[in-house]
Amino acid sequence: MNKQARTVHPALHTQAVVARLRKRHRRERRFRAYCIAAVGFAVLCLIFLFVDIISKGYTAFQQTAIRFEIFFDPEIIDPDGERDAEMLAEADYAALWRQPLLRAHGEVNTRALRRELYRLVSSGAAFQLQRMVANDPDLIGHKRTVWLLASDEVDMVVKGHVSRHLPEAERPVSDRQLAWLDNLAAQGLVEQQLNRRFFTNGDSREPEEAGILAALMGSVYTMVVTLMLSFPLGVATAVYLEEFAPTNRWIDLIEVNINNLAAVPSIVFGLLGLAVFLNFFDLPRSAPLVGGLVLTLMTLPTIIIASRAALKAVPPSIREAAYGLGATPMQVIQHHVLPAAMPGILTGTIIGLAQALGETAPLLMIGMVAFIVDVPQGFTDPATALPVQIFLWADSPERAFVEKTSAAIMVLLVFLIAMNALAVYLRRRWEQRW
Amino acid sequence: MTKSSSAGDQAAVGRAELAAPRAALSEAGKRRTDSDAGIDDSEETIREALHPDIHDPIIDVASLSLWYGEKQALFDISMAISKNKVTSLIGPSGCGKSTLLRCFNRLNDLIGTVRIDGDVFFEGESILGPDMDVHLLRKRIGMVFQKSNPFPKSIYENVAYGCRLQGISSTAELDLIVERSLRDAALWDEVKDRLHDNALGLSGGQQQRLCIARAIAVEPEVILYDEPCSALDPIATSRIEALMRTLTKDYTQVIVTHNLQQAGRVSDYTAFLYLGELIEYGPTEQMFVDPRRKRTEYYLTGRFG
Repeated sequence: MNKQARTVHPALHTQAVVARLRKRHRRERRFRAYCIAAVGFAVLCLIFLFVDIISKGYTAFQQTAIRFEIFFDPEIIDPDGERDAEMLAEADYAALWRQPLLRAHGEVNTRALRRELYRLVSSGAAFQLQRMVANDPDLIGHKRTVWLLASDEVDMVVKGHVSRHLPEAERPVSDRQLAWLDNLAAQGLVEQQLNRRFFTNGDSREPEEAGILAALMGSVYTMVVTLMLSFPLGVATAVYLEEFAPTNRWIDLIEVNINNLAAVPSIVFGLLGLAVFLNFFDLPRSAPLVGGLVLTLMTLPTIIIASRAALKAVPPSIREAAYGLGATPMQVIQHHVLPAAMPGILTGTIIGLAQALGETAPLLMIGMVAFIVDVPQGFTDPATALPVQIFLWADSPERAFVEKTSAAIMVLLVFLIAMNALAVYLRRRWEQRW
Repeated sequence: MTKSSSAGDQAAVGRAELAAPRAALSEAGKRRTDSDAGIDDSEETIREALHPDIHDPIIDVASLSLWYGEKQALFDISMAISKNKVTSLIGPSGCGKSTLLRCFNRLNDLIGTVRIDGDVFFEGESILGPDMDVHLLRKRIGMVFQKSNPFPKSIYENVAYGCRLQGISSTAELDLIVERSLRDAALWDEVKDRLHDNALGLSGGQQQRLCIARAIAVEPEVILYDEPCSALDPIATSRIEALMRTLTKDYTQVIVTHNLQQAGRVSDYTAFLYLGELIEYGPTEQMFVDPRRKRTEYYLTGRFG
């Protein structure tokens, strides 16, 4: 053996290594700190977003109402006593609540004052009474306690969104109205109630009457169309490209195009939809059907790319096992490859759909930006979608629409979180290990 | 015209590649042994080493050459495989044993870039010809893989799957087949109480025996094993080997193995492949005791490979 002392490179002496290790550990800690900072920043942003939206929006789920003792006076509603539906519909229901209000405020004697007093109550109040009578004509001649919506200005003051300490000229409610309101409140006639209308109404020019249901249903119909089209098309395309396609220039071209399409701005798909579906195929404007078609175009690349990745990740040993038993390619795909790839495919699909759910621009191009009061009943009814509704409300001048906007964002977020939770659930359920 | 000439070019490339490693080998041999003169055996020895007497052949490989793209993996291989015997394919890594095995059930079809010359006959029918239905072929020639690959389903469904593919759907029939196959694979006693548990919960050796049960459930005539024990411990390996011995009476078996002792223990015939060429083929005993060719002897004695 070699008895001579081996010369160790100076950099490899234990002391030198220890000295350098300290530096390396420091660097390691710094790197980790950067990563934590990045995560922390993201979490902070998320918290800020949620706090901001929820603090602005939660009041939208309550609405100020004023208690009235309404006498459904046959003299006003049905002077002939015939209970004719048409006659009932044309009666002056506003008088039903205006008269008791006037009686309670004897000092109001000019027309201008009266109008000021009436503005405490929503202009939708007469319709509410009309609906009550239409549903139950036997109410006529009886007395009922009814909570009528306060107007949005009153609502804002009650909720504190508009300060009563502002100079009178700068607030939407006059000093006199404030006094009346306080007087009513002192009698216990003003109350904040759960705002069911927000979930059962369509859009309205009156913020206190506006609801999210029309937009929500529009989104649901649009998503159904998108899912029904993009899932089978996307998965079939991915299966073909991954399992059957020969390797040649055409297939390469298709692949490049699919990857590029995933990066095309969504408004371009909207223009395409406008040109193809509306102008060429003459499909109805503002319809969830067309919205779904456009969003399908937008979602397909995402689904195809995710599905291909999932199919690629299926271990070849499973394919070989099935082929080795004499299975045909279709059987191999159907029995083994697709089930194994399903978690990934579903995740990709739901991410694509969530993206489509939040998409606004392409829907603007095909007219889903309309003012929709009636809840759509089908795929061809005029409709709008949640993000478009948010855009419309955010654009409205009334102060009361601010909280509606935030509330609509909350509904959209709940929808998105539900979809992502579904994706996680499905992935867990289908996941297999080898 | 251009087509045939390009094919000719490819063949020429193949020959050139063949020559190169051979030269490299003899270089290595020179450095390693003093008596290298014998590495190139005489014509007669070679003929003798490659043409053993095979009774009742079931598979007949005829001048088979195979290319993966530009790279040739098999060089002009001819051998017959005896019915109801165990034939083992041995040789160092990358010598083409698995490739040859996968020609028998055409699993190489799954790789798009494979080109094959020559043919393989299964009971007189061309395996590679256009008339062969590959799905029928794979039903008749089953396969067990290196990495045990049960489907992520129940034990029962794993065994029943091949029969379901063949259209057997009656539960009573399937029950019988599953039990018989698991018994034949010496697995029944271990799993009979948990047939509907996921197969992935079995141990490695059990999984591999399950794969054998799955292969024999469709009553093939030949079973191909591609290094079936390379991931198993010695006890599991010995159980698989014992199983193979019991299966000889009903099945023709071909096994690719790295393990020379295993080849010696389980096989009746052994083929030695080196760099894509068949070097020697004969009865296992004769091959291990008295190899005809120097290169075989070197490999078996651990002097290279």
